[in-house]
Amino acid sequence: MSLWLTLAVNSIALGGLLFLLSSGFSLIFGLMRIPNLMHGSFFMLGAYLGVTLLWQGVNFWLAALASAAAMAVIGGLIERFLLRRLEGQVLPQVLLTLGFAFIVGDVCLMLWTGDPWQPATPDHLRGVVQVAGLYFPLFRLVIVMVAVAIAAALWLLVDWTRLGAMIRAGVDDAPIARVVGIKVSQLFTLVFALGAALAAFGGVMGAPYLSVYPGLDFEMLPLALIVVILGGIGSLLGALVGSFLIGFLYNFGQAMFPDLAYVILFLPMLLILVLRPQGLFGRVVS
Amino acid sequence: MIRLAPRHLAVAAALALLLTLPAWVGNSYYVNIASQILLWAVLALALNVLVGYAGLVSLGHAGLFAMAGYTAALLIGAGHGHLAADAAALAVTLATTAVFAVLALRATGIGFLMITLAIGQILWGIAYRWASLTNGDNGINVGSRPAPFGLSLAGAGAFYYATLVVFLLAVASMAMLVRSPFGASLAGTRDQPRRMTALGYNVWLIRFLAILFSGLWSGVAGLLFLYYNQFISPQVVALTTSAEALLMVISGGSGTLLGPIFGAAIVVIMKNVVSAYVERWNLVLGLIFILIISFMPEGLVPGSARLWRAARQRLIGEARRDGASRAPSRAPAEPAGARTPLAPLPERGP
Repeated sequence: MSLWLTLAVNSIALGGLLFLLSSGFSLIFGLMRIPNLMHGSFFMLGAYLGVTLLWQGVNFWLAALASAAAMAVIGGLIERFLLRRLEGQVLPQVLLTLGFAFIVGDVCLMLWTGDPWQPATPDHLRGVVQVAGLYFPLFRLVIVMVAVAIAAALWLLVDWTRLGAMIRAGVDDAPIARVVGIKVSQLFTLVFALGAALAAFGGVMGAPYLSVYPGLDFEMLPLALIVVILGGIGSLLGALVGSFLIGFLYNFGQAMFPDLAYVILFLPMLLILVLRPQGLFGRVVS
Repeated sequence: MIRLAPRHLAVAAALALLLTLPAWVGNSYYVNIASQILLWAVLALALNVLVGYAGLVSLGHAGLFAMAGYTAALLIGAGHGHLAADAAALAVTLATTAVFAVLALRATGIGFLMITLAIGQILWGIAYRWASLTNGDNGINVGSRPAPFGLSLAGAGAFYYATLVVFLLAVASMAMLVRSPFGASLAGTRDQPRRMTALGYNVWLIRFLAILFSGLWSGVAGLLFLYYNQFISPQVVALTTSAEALLMVISGGSGTLLGPIFGAAIVVIMKNVVSAYVERWNLVLGLIFILIISFMPEGLVPGSARLWRAARQRLIGEARRDGASRAPSRAPAEPAGARTPLAPLPERGP
């Protein structure tokens, strides 16, 4: 019984992390139609930066925020100066982001070596919480709470603010949005930077739990991809549901079929592609 | 009577060069590199059928490539003969490719690419994590190379000729495919899928068959790779391999027959040279991607041709300017909407 409960808690925590990773991917891929193959690299580089800051004795939240800010700047610069010039050209965008992903992976290997880095869980987030006679590790719960809070904030931002309305307008019809005075290009840079920041934040949050190691980037990228295909491209609710689904599948698959756990992850994606290609919560594009 | 065009002469010269290569290269190290180039060129040509002629970019071809290699390695390890193992490996690869195609063709454009990437990662996951079957990270060794018709392929030269035969078959089949009515309809589905549908073509089926063809040749390349190294490991299935294959296609110029071959040569030579001096191949690979995107988005072969034309026109223009006219001598820029292989037409009807 307690094994299953532990698995469930781990699954929810991993789901929270996956949401931080894939919400940004969903925004960039779904709204801006940019196949950002360096999203896993944002996650990994963010995690490495955060771990380095933690090593210097910086507060955990401060480290996560600083790393997110740094990745926002890097992501914003790449969008503004390189991806912008390739607007609407899928293949060059793929090659450019893939090229950066390889460079980031190699530079990280050079700077942080091939050994895994696992910072200790910060003191004030250690320990367990007792709910209804059951014990839950505090840090895992915090990850979930942060993910849910960010999900709510993103939903409010995109669906209920002026900024969100402007972003949606820019996505639906960029030329007309420009005519009515919306600076679409600046908004897109903002969205890209936000996506990069979310991934980096997730990377730091996940570091004490997953540890950071070379190859993490291309391990996380397909996960973000599955979540987004599963939930529906561009749908935040879909990303949330997909993240938790994959979180459960990963942990339970690992416990029950360790050899095939990684493959099992992809099964729901394949099913969805065959039965409902637009994803669980995706809109049908006519 | 057949008129000998410069084109035919060039092909004959290239053939003669390839046939006599072990004789004038001498050193078996370089002969091996030539074998590598040819076997990677087969994979690049296979991928080019999709990228260049069908307008479908796949990032999962390393999975198909390795599927053949792994199946053959496992069957040979289980004591089966080379011929049976290779035939079974190609059959398994074809079956995998069929599933791959059915799933990936649920989308086109970005969606197609992302799905192929995900499927490639599944196959990587099988090779890496299903250790009881694939021996995980340690990979599988194959004791010997086959000896077709009693000819041993153990030596560098013999293996080179075997690879060359397969390579020439691949080139010939691609050339036939591209010039066939099927090739024309494939290009049609790339440029104007809606019109092709309206004309009564089954766009899905055409794309499906193209993917099968591409998968089959990827499998053949995978077998060559297995026999060349007599070893296969999950590293081959990694995204890097798919990306390298794509780089070969793009750098040489997609949608041409020669491009991917040149691309394979460039990438293999560069990889060998770079690896001899620095450990950072991935860094270099990433930089090349970014440089190509920035300066020669249509690929090295067409890109050099464009730069050469521009330079020549500038020279001619300057020579004329020395005369009376002060006509603008700048080479005409490519029209803004010029279609490069990298920028397929938007998928909208008129």
